[in-house]
Amino acid sequence: MARKITIEPVTRVEGHGKVTIHLDDQGRVAQARFHVVEFRGFERFVQGRPYWEIPVLVQRLCGICPVSHHLAGAKAMDVIVGVGPGKLTPTAEKMRRLMHYGQMLQSHALHFFHLASPDLLFGFDADPKVRNIIGVAKTHKDIAVKGVLLRKFGQEIIKATAGKKIHGTGAIPGGINKSLTPEERDYFLKSPAPFNVDTMIEWAQEAVQLFKKIHRENREVIDNFAHFPSNHLSLVRKDGALDFYHGVLRAVDAEGRKILNDVDYQDYLEYIGEEVRTYSYMKFPYLKKLGKEKGWYRVGPIARLNTCDFIPSPRAQKEFEEYKAYTGGKPNNMTLHSHWARLIEMLHAAEVIKDLLNDPDILGDKLVKKGRKKHEGVGLIEAPRGTLFHHYRINEDDQVTMANLIVSTTNNNQAYNEAVRLVAETFIAGKPEITEGLLNRVEVAIRAYDPCLSCATHALGQMPLEVELYNAEGQLIDRKRK
Amino acid sequence: MPEKIKFFIDGKECLAERGQTIYEAAKANGVYIPILCHFEGLKPVGSCRICSVRVNGRWMASCTQPVTEGMMVENQTPEVEEYRKAIIEMLFVEGNHFCPTCEKSGNCELQALAYRYQIMVPRFPYLFPRKDVEAFPTFLLDHNRCVQCRRCVRAIETKDGRKIFAMKNRSGQVRINVDRKLAAKMSEEEAQKAMEICPVGAILKKEVGFKVPIGKRKYDFKPIGSEIEEKSEGVKNE
Repeated sequence: MARKITIEPVTRVEGHGKVTIHLDDQGRVAQARFHVVEFRGFERFVQGRPYWEIPVLVQRLCGICPVSHHLAGAKAMDVIVGVGPGKLTPTAEKMRRLMHYGQMLQSHALHFFHLASPDLLFGFDADPKVRNIIGVAKTHKDIAVKGVLLRKFGQEIIKATAGKKIHGTGAIPGGINKSLTPEERDYFLKSPAPFNVDTMIEWAQEAVQLFKKIHRENREVIDNFAHFPSNHLSLVRKDGALDFYHGVLRAVDAEGRKILNDVDYQDYLEYIGEEVRTYSYMKFPYLKKLGKEKGWYRVGPIARLNTCDFIPSPRAQKEFEEYKAYTGGKPNNMTLHSHWARLIEMLHAAEVIKDLLNDPDILGDKLVKKGRKKHEGVGLIEAPRGTLFHHYRINEDDQVTMANLIVSTTNNNQAYNEAVRLVAETFIAGKPEITEGLLNRVEVAIRAYDPCLSCATHALGQMPLEVELYNAEGQLIDRKRK
Repeated sequence: MPEKIKFFIDGKECLAERGQTIYEAAKANGVYIPILCHFEGLKPVGSCRICSVRVNGRWMASCTQPVTEGMMVENQTPEVEEYRKAIIEMLFVEGNHFCPTCEKSGNCELQALAYRYQIMVPRFPYLFPRKDVEAFPTFLLDHNRCVQCRRCVRAIETKDGRKIFAMKNRSGQVRINVDRKLAAKMSEEEAQKAMEICPVGAILKKEVGFKVPIGKRKYDFKPIGSEIEEKSEGVKNE
């Protein structure tokens, strides 16, 4: 008898989603789908607003990485005010980078320590009462404390650059509205340990070591869990370096061949299409060149480390070399290696923060520039969860007439379905009931990509987890909820 | 020198110049009475009623009511404060005020009043009226945020004294109307003045959004009215 299994909500991710698994008459997985069931409609209601409100308005999509939306919106508005990429004052560019790398630090720390580490430290089948951040705090106090303080450090960087830890106003069209004072800079550089940038670099390095230790001890599980080939997409700096703030669009296939060769993202519509499917509010982007079926791709830490050629900071580069060597220089397609990649990125972010803080431009007073106005602009950024697209048009009266947002989580849409399908195939195997093991593993697979569903649908919500089994006639025959 | 008038605010003895309104005299005596439609230098109209006080048991708008000898003014009593709070809340639900994305946030008098009066949750239902944004060469007029205070009507004129802003319609349909021909001739400086005179974020000079960072805005650290009260504290301390 064919069945349908629903998992709703998926926990310890940002937002509200559910999973359905359809089984055929033999109890095999016929189809697995990750549904995003929220809707918010930001693209519609920003219409009519003045363009200079956009960076402040669109960041309200999310409270986890608002800086990404703030900066992607600001980058699009830079184009509109005629101060496109590379034309900002050095102070404005570096302040924005500092804000963004502060955000990468805090968001990656939040994901690894608060959301993912319970699975890795206690195992996927541990009691959920223990397998959470409180459990980590009880049994691995030092790890929990470092996680909290790494995040706090990133948040304080955001506050110093944007005015507030969440939903600030720092980036404005054509620049920034403040620079750092020497006191603000020294707070991060010279505060007594542990709250200074050198300690954060050390701790970020330790986090990479922690993952590698867990990996050594659980190599088979981590390498084989939801391991599937895919394309990978991200921005890279023009010379191929990892860059979270700006670059050209590059995509590679599962073997590492370039399928999108360092193109200017102002023309993203030539390369990226978006498909709508009936079962989810989240769209399915794809590379037009490869079509809807084969053109889907992954974004985020794992994709970024697959597309870039090197990391421009010494400690992270060393870790990157070891990471790349593990797959013989080929793209890494192992879902749980996202954590490894994310932690290398966190280390890189901490190193870049130190470099920026030591740069005298960060104290400068040339904040804003103005050029010749345009009526259309695209802003891309590498958000913690992956490539984020913002595209706007404005009218003669400076009001927004069109907005298109493709957020990181949306870019990973098909990857969730693939990961869930693989996990379901492995763990259902004809069993008539929904097991706790299945529930846990589906969540672990989704969580590895750190989805932010509120961003993806530009929506807001809580996530319960529910699994439903449907027979071939579509009747509900089993349901489990947690 | 004319003799000063003695009167009382919440039992405190105060002195007023002859002809001063209750609001002006209170301020001179270090007592804060909230205002919104009133703007110093403009002729008061007493339309928003936020400055309401009770005098000898009767409600009065302190921005228009002159002080008389022996007046007993109730200002910071629970009843008066609650009355003002209700007015502020009604202004919020009558419009579409989304502070998080408003350029005026931190400099907005309506928002500052809401903070001062600790408006935490709405007690009246939101009306979510359909309002539009009108564009002019140097500024935008966002009707979603307009509180019909008429400050722009009173303050913004052409050099030959013609009004650029006016009111049209009545009651719930009332709205600011702009003379398009005259508005087209407004300079950047005049648009800036209009934006500054607007207590909320309804008049927005084009292309200036968010240039003042958080932490440097008027009400970022001190509640509205504290500058008047601090002056009074300073006098006491001396």
